[in-house]
Amino acid sequence: MRLLTHNMLASNARGAVTGYPLKLQVVKWSTKEAEPNPEFLRGMLPKIDWPALVAATQSLGLPELLPEAAPTDAELSAEGAAADEGSALRRLHRALLEIHIEEGTLVCPDTDRCFPISRGVPNMLLHEDEVRN
Amino acid sequence: MSATDPQWFIFFAASIPSSPLRPLPAAAAAAAGGAARVDSPELSSVRTRRAEKMWYLCVFYHRLLDYRRPEVQSLAELFGGPGAGDAVEWRMPENHHVDSPFHLVRLPGDERLAAQIANRSLLVKGIYELWGQGTTYEELEEAVMAYPEERKLPYLTPDSTFKIVVDSFGKVISFQEQNDIMKSLTYIPFKGRVNLKKPDHKFFVMETDDYGCNNGLPPVAQRTVFFGREVGAADRHLLPTYQLKSRKYIGPTAMDAEMAFLMANQGLAWPGKLVYDPFVGTGSILVAAAHFGAMTMGADIDIRVVRDGRGPDCNIWSNFEQYKLPEPLCVLRADNNVPPWRPGLKEVFDAIICDPPYGVRAGGRKSGGRKLIKGTVAPYTVPDEKRDSHIPSTAPYSLAECVHDLLHLAARMLVMGGRLVFFFPVVREDGVANPAKYPEHPCFKLVASCEQILSMRYSRVLLTMVKVGPYTEEVKKAAEERHREFRENHHKWMEEGNLHSAVFSPADQAADGKPAIDRDSKPKYRGKYV
Repeated sequence: MRLLTHNMLASNARGAVTGYPLKLQVVKWSTKEAEPNPEFLRGMLPKIDWPALVAATQSLGLPELLPEAAPTDAELSAEGAAADEGSALRRLHRALLEIHIEEGTLVCPDTDRCFPISRGVPNMLLHEDEVRN
Repeated sequence: MSATDPQWFIFFAASIPSSPLRPLPAAAAAAAGGAARVDSPELSSVRTRRAEKMWYLCVFYHRLLDYRRPEVQSLAELFGGPGAGDAVEWRMPENHHVDSPFHLVRLPGDERLAAQIANRSLLVKGIYELWGQGTTYEELEEAVMAYPEERKLPYLTPDSTFKIVVDSFGKVISFQEQNDIMKSLTYIPFKGRVNLKKPDHKFFVMETDDYGCNNGLPPVAQRTVFFGREVGAADRHLLPTYQLKSRKYIGPTAMDAEMAFLMANQGLAWPGKLVYDPFVGTGSILVAAAHFGAMTMGADIDIRVVRDGRGPDCNIWSNFEQYKLPEPLCVLRADNNVPPWRPGLKEVFDAIICDPPYGVRAGGRKSGGRKLIKGTVAPYTVPDEKRDSHIPSTAPYSLAECVHDLLHLAARMLVMGGRLVFFFPVVREDGVANPAKYPEHPCFKLVASCEQILSMRYSRVLLTMVKVGPYTEEVKKAAEERHREFRENHHKWMEEGNLHSAVFSPADQAADGKPAIDRDSKPKYRGKYV
């Protein structure tokens, strides 16, 4: 599961208020290189909840990866951004698309319900007594 | 295609000045290579004057008849910008039935648009600049002779190479006859050299016979001969590459490769776009979308399908690896009835493309156990010590609720102008599908409905909808209201949406003991069955 997915998911179990952001407990994670796609990242940026993404990278022990404030569209489109290892574009690319959580748990902030991540697939299915009526 | 291209401006500057300009893909550029040499300024200005009146001959494969025009229109939208799909005009050659493979099309763009559409399509055999047509070869000659010289000569120059292909529909032309036909074309002053492998220009002579109503073929009243120059042609080589029988991981409802590509075309899959399939299964639809460069995401309620597959080398991921495609951004186990997206998240996907479970070959499931639904027993509570290892039971998911959830999800999660493409089953009444029964939503406009007949009893219709209205609080409230209604009257909806019994129950007996459906009465001409 990439951090992009983490940024989009919430717990919808009974009792959860917003169910977001899910706390990330990581047992195993890895990095897989992916082809940068600036156009996709620029389109995605406004949909990202930045504080939650920063918190997720911190829980992985990568406090330096992302700045406090979200990059601007101009920063992402800056010339040479795709080639420059340290550019805002490449950092965002790494955070959203190259980090994979293989094993771990997503914990609902309101109810502490645990959603397991196994072999990279988060299991968001609810038990039958957790579905909201 | 550059913004300074004069033709481009003439067609689009007035209506959509800021339409995104799409690069010409390498494959399209290569295939359109023949046309490239005539793009000198004086000739392109000639074409600009004429382009408005240009009707191309669009020859289709004789398959999936209902899907052919919508595919061309979707691709026109993809390459020509917003509104281009609606601007496509069609007409039939004289005496041709609409199921004929020969159509005339007017596109909102120049020849490069035609080439781009043809090259990416699955069902277009070729798009041709029609130099002439007739009911006999004499009439054809007259027509070609009357076609303007300035349109013909640029393709007949001594420094170019060419090839002539004799093709036919509904008849066989022997090799000797083909040769004779080619030799009879002396009235066209070909100056170039023949190159059969990689010609600059390809010319086609196409002939249909004057059969009336033939088995499996559309009725054509009169023999027609066409002569045209190929502008672009489909690349169906990708079908053997992606065919299901050589795919590692498939399930019982894996989407046929050709259909999956058609769905991806209807969804305008393109690099940088995000495509989501909420019923991902073995990922067969996403594979097609990824082939066209889109980013993909999928969800399924069955964890065995999405996580485990048939082992470490035979699962969703291996399907993408097999074709050297980028793997999906995410695959998750989730329930379409209770989607796990965070509050406030909306307008993320560019397309939602899926084949919902409608209960004929595979039934839908949703969260909530049987005990919860019966209501006679107190709702089941999972004991705390068993919570971690508990495997939740699921409840059957009625088609009506499933489609409602899908439309609601799409209304929320699609960007404006994004597309929802999905199959919808229709019980055929008196042999026809009833369009009045297609689902509707205030945020969506139906742009195409393509029927594929599956049996005497039912069809599936590929619906393509475009998001035209924003996801507002009212839309959200109405959906929640309806959601409750589905929950409270679960049994009623299960009964109503029960397609399985409509499809598989024994045929009704008429009074005289004969079955209501007389198999011998089935017409020979199969139309949409093809």
